Amino acid sequence: MTAETSKEVWVYIEQEEKAIHPVSFELLGVAKRLAQDLEGITAGVLLGHEVSDLTSEIFAYGADKVYIVSHPALAYYRHRAYAKALYEVAKRYKPEILLLPATPLGRDLAGGVATLLETGLTADVTELSIDKATKNLLMTRPAYGGNIMATIICPDHRPQMASVRPRIFPMPERKEGRTGEIITVEVELSEEEVGVERIGFIPKEKTVKIELAEVIVAGGKGIGGKEGFAKLFELSKLLNGEVGASRLAVEAGWISYEHQVGQTGKTVRPKVYLAVGISGAIQHRAGMQNSDCIISINIDPKADIFKISDLGIVGDWKKIIPALIERIKKEKGLG
Amino acid sequence: MLNLLVSIKQVPDTTNIRINPETGTLIREGVPAVINPYDISALALACNLKKTYGGKITVITMGPPQARLALKEAIEYFADRIILLTDRRFAGADTLATSYTLAEAIKFLEKTDRPFDLYLFGKQAIDGDTAQVGPGVAARLNVPVITYTIKIEELDLEKRKIVVQRKTERGIEILSARLPVLLTCEKEAGHPVFSPLSAILQAQKAEPEVFGADGRIPYDLNRLGLKGSPTRVHRVYTPEIKKQGKMINLDEVGVEAAVEEIIKLFKAKGVL
Repeated sequence: MTAETSKEVWVYIEQEEKAIHPVSFELLGVAKRLAQDLEGITAGVLLGHEVSDLTSEIFAYGADKVYIVSHPALAYYRHRAYAKALYEVAKRYKPEILLLPATPLGRDLAGGVATLLETGLTADVTELSIDKATKNLLMTRPAYGGNIMATIICPDHRPQMASVRPRIFPMPERKEGRTGEIITVEVELSEEEVGVERIGFIPKEKTVKIELAEVIVAGGKGIGGKEGFAKLFELSKLLNGEVGASRLAVEAGWISYEHQVGQTGKTVRPKVYLAVGISGAIQHRAGMQNSDCIISINIDPKADIFKISDLGIVGDWKKIIPALIERIKKEKGLG
Repeated sequence: MLNLLVSIKQVPDTTNIRINPETGTLIREGVPAVINPYDISALALACNLKKTYGGKITVITMGPPQARLALKEAIEYFADRIILLTDRRFAGADTLATSYTLAEAIKFLEKTDRPFDLYLFGKQAIDGDTAQVGPGVAARLNVPVITYTIKIEELDLEKRKIVVQRKTERGIEILSARLPVLLTCEKEAGHPVFSPLSAILQAQKAEPEVFGADGRIPYDLNRLGLKGSPTRVHRVYTPEIKKQGKMINLDEVGVEAAVEEIIKLFKAKGVL
């Protein structure tokens, strides 16, 4: 595909069981920024069966347009059905950029669609921007196990396609009642050509998984005891997060091992890691240094944790944590 | 009798990768090359299927001439035919050109021999981690693809039907598909076993059939290698080590201002 395209930045909206994967909204946020730099618009592409109720959410998170394909063959994710539908929509409406979530399903879909469109695709992108001079999309991804970063371009083919990992970009602001244009696209699909049928499903058991938490409030030796951790649990609950701990806090018996972060505990990568009373030994840092944003509170200005923190606060956590809890309650209209 | 195709890639052992601190480039010298671990699972799965159902295993790879070593190793998994696609014109291929090169070769093999029942790929290669080539080849062969395969539950050659378990974010899907189908394999799909001495000896002697862009496989030269790749590497750099951010002293700025700093970051990160 090398033909002239309208300047639309598209996001593939991943939905399962009529629930949108939140990474789709994160991508709408970044698509908006790219569209502004291209003086274009943002659109979501929604595939499924009887999913038109979901369009209001897509508009609320910033889409100007939603392309929707509704078909019984799209009732649940199957590669051939989804790939053909997305390919047909892109072929007809020619986006400049097409972003997909780098989730298992998104990655499954992206490779097939890029091939059908005969265009370039960059996987697991962690940074996206528009080159001011050429207006090309700059797609940066880690390579060789994160040892190097590579910026990829796709200069002569459209759409420029990239898949993006969840929680790389922030959730954009949600604006209730925002609307836009809905374009319904007809695509012919048959069971015969799809070729695959789901005959069973074994859902994953739910367990406490701090590895997947978006917010972790972690405590160390400075917390001083179980009562201190009770405050951290109160704070993490308000943020829909989990509580983490250093090895010293676990060994002191203030909190159970499943909360331990670090080399001998769990590796986490939340959006926000709030380290309270943790000095930040290398073994602890190894388990959390890839967090998107690290905020530390420690009484000791020389604590190692500050070296990797986005925000370091030197002071007594007992003064600031209760105030923070009250402030968030106020923000949420709970106090 | 099953006719199986396994596609493999020789990759640098990424656990051994070092970066030249001055130039920021990879030090390739002395880095051992191995068969991509997910492709080993695909090979082991093919080996198990051959034991159960009988049949033939063809293993294909695209790469530099030394990729023949990966194919020789595949003989230990009871591969019957090994194919090396190597040509300077294949070099610099991104995933689109790679899937084209592989798919055309597979079509050529099917035309000159007989069609495959199953195409087995690793879920991704550990050097690029893209997971794009398997679905790309399936699109070009116009066959269904099932990614993240962990197990074949059932295979009925007469009914041309297969039942596969695949891993998704929410659990395990059980899918029924008609043959032929392309599967990309998770580690669980097949476990390497110790090869008998006879297979190891055979592997030492084996040499792959070599194909290039010389016309035997009817390649469109414009779709090969760097020329056939829509993506370009614009810049390569070593990631910056995280720098220390803002520091504030609670006693100097006061509790209220410190709380506002935290709230500001919570909002910027979308967690509040």
